[in-house]
Amino acid sequence: MTSHSNGNSDSFVKMPTIKFTKLFINGKFVDSISGKTFETIDPRTEEAITRVAEGDKEDIDLAVKAAREAFDNGPWPRLSGFDRGRIMMKFADLIDEHAEELAALDTIDAGKLFGEGKAGIPHSANMLRYYAGAADKIHGEVLKMSREFHAYTLREPIGVVGHIIPWNVPTTMFLGKVSPALAAGCTMVVKPAEQTPLSALYYAHLSKLAGIPDGVLNVVTGFGPTAGAAISSHMDIDAVSFTGSTEVGREVMQAAAKSNLKTLSLELGGKSPLIIFDDADLDKAAELALLGILHNKGEICVASSRVLVQEGIYDEFVKKLLEKKKSWTVGDPFDPKVRQGPQIDKKQFDKILSYIEHGKREGATLLTGGKPSGHNKGYYIEPTFFTDVKEDMLIAKDEIFGPVMSLMKFKTIDEAIKKANNTTYGLAAGVMTKDLNVANTVSRSIRAGIIWINCYFAFDRDVPFGGYKMSGFGRDFGLDALYKYLQVKSVVTPIYNSPWL
Amino acid sequence: MGSHANDSLESSVKIPTIKFTKLFINGEFVDSISGKTFKTIDPRTGEVIARIAEGEKEDVDLAVNAARHAFDDGPWPRLPGSERAKRMMNFADLIDQNVEELAALDTLDAGKLFSMGKAVDIPSSADTLRYYAGAADKIHGDVLKMSREFHAYTLHEPIGVVGHIIPWNFPTTMFFLKVSPALAAGCTMIVKPAEQTPLSALYYAHLAKLAGIPDGVLNVVTGFGPTAGAAICSHMDIDAVSFTGSTEVGRIVMKAAAESNLKVVSLELGGKSPLIIFDDADVDMAAQLALIGILYNKGEICVASSRVYVQEGIYDKLVKKLVEMAKAWVVGDPFDPKVQQGPQVDKEQFEKILTYIEHGKREGATLLTGGKPLALGGKGYYVEPTIFAEVKEDMLIAKDEIFGPVLALAKFKTIDEAIKRANSTRYGLAAGIVTKDLNVANTVSRSLRAGTIWINCYLAFSNDCPFGGYKMSGFGRDSGLEALHKYLQVKSVVTPLYNSPWL
Repeated sequence: MTSHSNGNSDSFVKMPTIKFTKLFINGKFVDSISGKTFETIDPRTEEAITRVAEGDKEDIDLAVKAAREAFDNGPWPRLSGFDRGRIMMKFADLIDEHAEELAALDTIDAGKLFGEGKAGIPHSANMLRYYAGAADKIHGEVLKMSREFHAYTLREPIGVVGHIIPWNVPTTMFLGKVSPALAAGCTMVVKPAEQTPLSALYYAHLSKLAGIPDGVLNVVTGFGPTAGAAISSHMDIDAVSFTGSTEVGREVMQAAAKSNLKTLSLELGGKSPLIIFDDADLDKAAELALLGILHNKGEICVASSRVLVQEGIYDEFVKKLLEKKKSWTVGDPFDPKVRQGPQIDKKQFDKILSYIEHGKREGATLLTGGKPSGHNKGYYIEPTFFTDVKEDMLIAKDEIFGPVMSLMKFKTIDEAIKKANNTTYGLAAGVMTKDLNVANTVSRSIRAGIIWINCYFAFDRDVPFGGYKMSGFGRDFGLDALYKYLQVKSVVTPIYNSPWL
Repeated sequence: MGSHANDSLESSVKIPTIKFTKLFINGEFVDSISGKTFKTIDPRTGEVIARIAEGEKEDVDLAVNAARHAFDDGPWPRLPGSERAKRMMNFADLIDQNVEELAALDTLDAGKLFSMGKAVDIPSSADTLRYYAGAADKIHGDVLKMSREFHAYTLHEPIGVVGHIIPWNFPTTMFFLKVSPALAAGCTMIVKPAEQTPLSALYYAHLAKLAGIPDGVLNVVTGFGPTAGAAICSHMDIDAVSFTGSTEVGRIVMKAAAESNLKVVSLELGGKSPLIIFDDADVDMAAQLALIGILYNKGEICVASSRVYVQEGIYDKLVKKLVEMAKAWVVGDPFDPKVQQGPQVDKEQFEKILTYIEHGKREGATLLTGGKPLALGGKGYYVEPTIFAEVKEDMLIAKDEIFGPVLALAKFKTIDEAIKRANSTRYGLAAGIVTKDLNVANTVSRSLRAGTIWINCYLAFSNDCPFGGYKMSGFGRDSGLEALHKYLQVKSVVTPLYNSPWL
């Protein structure tokens, strides 16, 4: 049984007053045109925190107008990359100054661990600093012509960008998308997930204080089928970046095709395998496997939801895993002793429990967990480990997005590779081994966008991140992310009397 | 009135026997599963050249099976880049050895000039193969600069099975623009040539095998868009599709990709590219560029300079020269070396162009020359070089891509006006600027929203120069090393670092 903390935790932390609840368009906080608002829920209590303005198509139109004006005629794309960088640095500093308040917002909105948020928010602010440092280094190329011409490429900002971001890591997503787009000189409309609007609106406020000109960064809170769809089908948005589920990713791409053929990047789901070989460091392996599925209550696209363990260490591994799980506390995310907060909302909560029931019915063996965690309110679920999972089971195929691990045994390296690749997804994978050749073979053989060898969740600002196969296309982080917000212009002119080509 | 050449030419050029008329799947020429065939027409006469196997969904499935097997288990992606390069170089040599026959096929199929095919289209396509062959062993990932003790790098891996849907206007150039980088990257592929122009593609398939490209790596399925093309776009086992064609079909391709397996898409679509001629331009050079810009390949080129903006100071002189040159332009049988413009590719295009010409007349533009079909022996899809003046941006002939020898001329005063009018289009493929002034050239090239800007030149393509659209002209780039990105995907590999002197 996992331990859980006393639910009486409001004493831990000063609950923030919610300062920003309106749409942020063209530098101002405004009501939605319809006047509608929607509730955002605290998953610890299942109660409404506050009401937030609900943007719809007309509000998106206003935001796009502002962004278009800011792009076509405003200062932002015309500033030097260096000057954009300075403003982005100021933005990062302001985020650092307000880290605690922002972390509290993400905790009450998404059930994220407060302690992690306090450290994580400045970490995400560094994303702004990374791209600020790249803004004045966006290079084109001088080309090698085969006739007497001088030709070069310019990498120009693509224009007005729509960012549709998910609820699982609201701050990381916001800053991860917005930073490269700002650095590139684009203007944008952000639609945060309806479950997590609060920190996004706060960031909008801070961006203005930092000196981001009006219209450059707009935030329209609202729902997918209305505000999100309006972005995907907008005739005057040049590019859309989407992170979320595979099914909604399809809709975004179709809408882009039907409207103005805007460019698109999708970061979708995953069913990432963690492969543990006989020679792995057992303690580390168990640690990573635990974290891999339970970090952020399993609400992370790269969760190692399938753990493949070589038969030689299987039994010892399972023992170690269960041992480590004992000290894994589920409870109020403000409590510094807690490791796992509530799932984001009722819908996810119900979905996860339904998959757990599937697992039981499909004949997998339940090692531990398998039910809601003992709290009288809140969407808490016990860490759940299934073993004897077969690849054709639903719990091995579908992305559950919760604290549910599927364990499988394997004999040979080829079998592991085959099993690992047997999925329509291809987001991440982990390999635990000390053997150089095993590490090289397996990392080359797995069809996924990021391979972690003897580590997991080892993200870094300079490391591109994104999917293979149906986990999507396009990369976040690293310099690669800039490409989504730039387009290539070739300029060609004849040269005369040149000593060489 | 364009002038035209005597059409009793066939005696001087040996019309080739059509050797390859079947689908090329897994290294073999096979009938379509249904047994169906379709006609391919000679636009000089409107007559049938040959019947070609008509591939449909089931044939695409076979081809994808072969390509998937060749990718997942075959040698091609596992060869070193230099080995792939060797075969690609062989392929290029074989093309050079068969230039005349290949050029004749494109002339028959698409009405393209035989002399241009022999001198330019076919040899430069062989060079495209050589360019990418030379890149195949230089596809670099990056070693990253971590902020914690980790070693991390990226691999640029072949994306897998690729579908290429190519248009009819440059059957050879398009074939190799798409196939070459995909081969270099280590991908396997299915090519669906346009139904109007299947002949040279099937010949290239034959040469590919001779060159040593393994079975299943390069498959060619001839057929129609709504059947074979759609099957490619919605295939659950194709990893990427590259499409060049019309904007409306581009939408269908992207939608199908979204509805199926979210395959990566690149689109090269239409254009309504502006050529801006400033007062200080050399009149003869500018007129020449404007003429070639719209009449090259009978206007059937996505980057045609179909809108020409001329500054008022030079307007009268330039237009006089332009009309003179258009009237002297020789339209006729594309096998005749004296001819500069062959027939449009088929009846549908022919009628579409004539409709637009009628629109232009009705919309109130001034017809300076041309404006009607050319009667050449009573057959064929020949249209006179046509120039309209005083065209306004809201006219259909200024907005829509006509894809024929029809030019829309307008006068302008200031540089800002030129930029504004040039940019007022949904398209953004190319643009041309004619001026001697350095600052005008810089300002205008930065201000035009298009993927390629030609300054004091036009249609100046090169293997190393990326090419593609802004706005609704599409996304993704052909040519240059940029094109490889469409056929590669980035994998990051991260592992902890211990006891390292630095990060």
